[in-house]
Amino acid sequence: MQVGLTHFLVLGAILFCLGLLAVITKRNAVTVLMGVELIINAANINFIAFTRYMDNDLDGQMFGVFVIVIAAAGAAVALAIVLNIYQRMRSVNLDEADSLLG
Amino acid sequence: MNSFDVMFYLIAALTLLAAAVMVFSKNIIYNAMGLLVAFFGVAGIYVMLGADFLAATQLLIYVGGILVLLLFGVMLSQRFTGAEMRTGTLQVLPATLVCAGIAAILLRMIWQTPWPKAEIAAPKPTTHEIGMQFMTTYLIPFEIVSVLLLAALVGAAFLGRRDAR
Repeated sequence: MQVGLTHFLVLGAILFCLGLLAVITKRNAVTVLMGVELIINAANINFIAFTRYMDNDLDGQMFGVFVIVIAAAGAAVALAIVLNIYQRMRSVNLDEADSLLG
Repeated sequence: MNSFDVMFYLIAALTLLAAAVMVFSKNIIYNAMGLLVAFFGVAGIYVMLGADFLAATQLLIYVGGILVLLLFGVMLSQRFTGAEMRTGTLQVLPATLVCAGIAAILLRMIWQTPWPKAEIAAPKPTTHEIGMQFMTTYLIPFEIVSVLLLAALVGAAFLGRRDAR
């Protein structure tokens, strides 16, 4: 079967589910961030596949650039927060960061 | 099956394998290395979709920036003695079931939708055109995202200080 839009969409969907699995199951906050990056990459593959196979203009690629920029900003702030949690609790396990649990 | 198809299957298999290593490995350094290879694979997918500028951006920002940042996070937040490098997992069985269900729904939707077929032109260099779009159609988002990056930079520097309160 000729590789077309569906193949790229299937790849994006599987990558998304793998990232979601990492986000749900991992205890380490840094690994959860890695899962978030995987999800963002999956979404970006969809953007660019759609713009290639349906419109053939550059709108999806522009979105892709913005997505990468915002992912970088998010990763920087999230890692600063993780390091702060580590300094306070000497651990980055998310199930131990429960000070607000009452 | 032409060479485009072969390349797609090779790159897709590499990407999915690396992502699986990232998800299922217990060693956090293996997680990071799997993510590295997955980012390279996604850059290859971008090349196959004719997005040359985005592929270069992916390599520069994800592999060169975000992954190094994540590795810094690993190094700064792990004690390297004993079994602390291993990352635990929670609720593996229900999470796997939920993710498999979502994957099944997504794949079914993708296979059943009659996607419209456009005429596929040969890929052209996109860098010049993307630069033009940044300065015309996408000028406002471009400026907003610049301010957002500045705010994120200041915020990350503030939060990362040792005595942040």
